[in-house]
Amino acid sequence: MIAAIEPSWYLLLAALLFGIGAFGLLVRRNPLVMFMCIELMLNAANLTFVALATQLGDINGQTAVFFVMVVAAAEVVVGLGILVSILRRRPGATADDLAELKG
Amino acid sequence: MSDATFLEYVVFFSAALMILGGAIGVITLKNPVHAALGLVLTLFGVAVQFVAQQAHFLAAVQVIVYAGAIVVLFLFVIMLLGVDEAMDLSIEPIPIQRPLAAVMAVGIVGLVGAAVVRARDALDINPGTGIDVAQETGNNDANIQQLAANLYGDHVLAFQLTSVLLIVAVAGTVLLTRKWPRSGDDARDAEHESSDV
Repeated sequence: MIAAIEPSWYLLLAALLFGIGAFGLLVRRNPLVMFMCIELMLNAANLTFVALATQLGDINGQTAVFFVMVVAAAEVVVGLGILVSILRRRPGATADDLAELKG
Repeated sequence: MSDATFLEYVVFFSAALMILGGAIGVITLKNPVHAALGLVLTLFGVAVQFVAQQAHFLAAVQVIVYAGAIVVLFLFVIMLLGVDEAMDLSIEPIPIQRPLAAVMAVGIVGLVGAAVVRARDALDINPGTGIDVAQETGNNDANIQQLAANLYGDHVLAFQLTSVLLIVAVAGTVLLTRKWPRSGDDARDAEHESSDV
């Protein structure tokens, strides 16, 4: 007899996903891949919201996920717009090359 | 062990494998197109976990908005800019960056994991009013109806503000990526920029 799946397993899975995303955000230099890592971290937060909403019996957690998705979509649109206008001017630029503001 | 529990285990671990495998793919694959496909795998895994937790509406939105729209937008930008070539991952501008990032990531996972393990008993409390589940209520639309009542009732102002956010995002992106007509100062700027390239 094995126990049913506990909510803490979902939380541990989300913590792992968040850690992988944060690591990728810090080590990758391609701005597009860095954006994908931010999406990974947002999804980890969403997984946490849904797991706790289910466990605590509160639909507000699922509503919060809905808003996170809207904000993530807006963030991707603006971020990719900035990236397009940077990379059109300087093809192949990595995050390290964009250092004009350095004193 | 009942069959239902066994199935739950199969679903949980296969979806967890999809999520972690896709996430590791995103941060290790050299080609941005392959990284985007790894992201799709992760997003589908998260959608499966949503279904497993009775959040059916969010699972559908996850597939349509994330795996559909957002990843297509990523691929579109990759193709538009022509950056779909392998990058050399061995270049490290700051030598200590990767060990430090690894320490930070392990620290985050360790701290959150320790907090979750310690707070396991607290997770058993159930103070909410309950989430309607299709099997229990006999209503297949229970989840979406409850979510709609909550969204358009308690959170209607925030919902209205998201429409403002989306309009601002769309207008800002159009403004950012627009090619301005060559006249007056703009023309001089454009010439200056093209000589930089």
